Amino acid sequence: MLIARNLTCLRGDRLLFKKVGFELSAGGLMYVLGENGSGKSSLLRLLCGLLAPEDGEVFWDGKSIKNDPENHQSNLTYIGHLNGLKDDLTALENLQFSARLVANVVDNGLALNALTATGVARCANLPVGVLSQGQKRRVALARLWLSTSQLWILDEPFAALDTASVVVLTTQLNQHMAKGGMAIITTHQDVDIQAQSTQTLRLIA
Amino acid sequence: MKINWFKYSSPQVFYPLAGKLIPWFAWLAAILALVGLYVSFMLAPTDFQQGEAYRIIFVHVPAAWMSMVIYIVMAAWAALGLALNARLSAMMAQALAPTGAIFTLLALVTGSLWGKPMWGAWWVWDARLTSELILLFLYLGFIALQSSIDDPRRADRAGALLALVGVVNVPIIYFSVKWWNTLHQGSSINMGAAPKMAATMLLGMLLMALAFWMYTVAVALMRVRCIMLERERNTDWVKELSLKTLSSQSIAGAK
Amino acid sequence: MIVLKRDLLLAFRRRSDVATTLFFFLIVSSLFPLGIGPEAAVLSSIAPGVLWVAALLAGMISLSRLFAADFADGSLEQMLIAPQPLALLVLAKISAHWIVCGLPVVLLAPLIGLQYALPNDALVVLVFSLLLGTPALSLIGAIGAALTLGVRGSGLLVALLVLPLYIPVLIFGAGAVAASQHGMSAQAHLSLLAACALLSLVLAPLATAAALRISVE
Repeated sequence: MLIARNLTCLRGDRLLFKKVGFELSAGGLMYVLGENGSGKSSLLRLLCGLLAPEDGEVFWDGKSIKNDPENHQSNLTYIGHLNGLKDDLTALENLQFSARLVANVVDNGLALNALTATGVARCANLPVGVLSQGQKRRVALARLWLSTSQLWILDEPFAALDTASVVVLTTQLNQHMAKGGMAIITTHQDVDIQAQSTQTLRLIA
Repeated sequence: MKINWFKYSSPQVFYPLAGKLIPWFAWLAAILALVGLYVSFMLAPTDFQQGEAYRIIFVHVPAAWMSMVIYIVMAAWAALGLALNARLSAMMAQALAPTGAIFTLLALVTGSLWGKPMWGAWWVWDARLTSELILLFLYLGFIALQSSIDDPRRADRAGALLALVGVVNVPIIYFSVKWWNTLHQGSSINMGAAPKMAATMLLGMLLMALAFWMYTVAVALMRVRCIMLERERNTDWVKELSLKTLSSQSIAGAK
Repeated sequence: MIVLKRDLLLAFRRRSDVATTLFFFLIVSSLFPLGIGPEAAVLSSIAPGVLWVAALLAGMISLSRLFAADFADGSLEQMLIAPQPLALLVLAKISAHWIVCGLPVVLLAPLIGLQYALPNDALVVLVFSLLLGTPALSLIGAIGAALTLGVRGSGLLVALLVLPLYIPVLIFGAGAVAASQHGMSAQAHLSLLAACALLSLVLAPLATAAALRISVE
């Protein structure tokens, strides 16, 4: 259960949003919508604990993520604007590193399966630096196929993807929701994800 | 726009308060400085070894004291700001830094002015002077870091962390410089103990140190008021304040 | 561990970066004889300071690489939200940085010491002092690198922040070499140097982790 209360976010001397609150329980999906610059990404970073709110608090399983970050972080997979990939490592190495970073031991086979699922298995042994934007994004998203965490926070996961990949990702999200996962997604596209409960949070710039 | 300003230790309350306090501290500084200068230059006896030149210590020693004290106070404000997420504390730290740097510079300049008749050289790698020089670098680093970060919150917190790291390091640096100095120079000339302190000399120094203290408070308060206005220019109370100032000016103009 | 391995692998893929630091050290320490003159007596008397300052500068210019790439491509924020103590991840990154940028300098130093006509005993002390001191430099430098992350003009800024903090390490390190050169025991210097290294080993990763959290916001 993820609860946000009274979140206020200030960047520089600009107020992005104030008094944002919601509750997200198992199997719940939340879309975060809003114009460019309305603070969508900042909200997601707040929910990850990367950004400290000016005011308000985020709770995971009843405990504030400020006081007990460990529990929150071990249940979290976050894919932000940046892919978090090293250009000099191969797609496979990148994927394995990010899995190990969350103490999730992954053998070559599993990692390859994940890359196959997002359709970039051909590039598995190429350095990420030579891949296209869309391919890089798919390598980053392949982490979702290895993720065991309950909460997914995805910033524009559908951007830069072709239609086929959008379908693949939607299916994966459906599965995640069906297993009782939670997801918070920002998107500009119309996607149809099946979830036990769906809510929309609209930020006004 | 209404945010919980309580967390910022309420600048709109602090701003007028600081404004009222500034003249008091400024006057105290001026009076103490006058008395201090009188004691140091008229009453204190001439040193039989160094003659009149020694009188520069009445500026040098208090400035050196202040340069160190201000750094510690600055770090304390910074730590407070970091721990409580209190904006006002961070602003105080930011407001103190330039004054600290100026006192450090003053201590260096007066030290070298004193060194010329004493050692026959403008600069001697004496442990104290070297430590002051390094302290100046620390101040400059703090100011440079704060001014090169655009986001005020990040600037505050990064500066605070740097000040804390600096405060941990200052004793180590001071010790290492002393160690280095004794190894390379054998017997160094000790500035503080050189003239045998007469009671009037001590009094002069104390008065000057107090004057510098009051000056520091006055100047830091002035600076913190400026920082406040700049940071919170979009808030209601600053807008109201500027409107009031404008209207009172126009009334004065009409008269 | 995994971070250490990854950073070493990355450095291996970009070997030229490693070479740059080493070249810098080599060039800086070769400039002094050109500026001062080739007399062995003069050179050997300035050698401890010159070699230590050169090592210090070489370590410093490589600092900007410590976190900047990870910050730019987003892997740093992944580390920040990983369910592992950030200070440990930071320590792993610093260790990798030292192995890549510090250790080669330590190994090359005796060769340059020979060019400066340092006696054999002093060469041994030089290597020891660098072995103790360069990790401290990497650790302290990491704080500065983390604080200036993504700030404009960060390369120069990091020098301004970090160089004053390097002074004790420089004094004890160069002092150790000079002491052995003059036939005295370098033990006191080396112990103090070790103390600096230990203190920074304990405090620097924590401070760096805090600085990274501030900078990534």
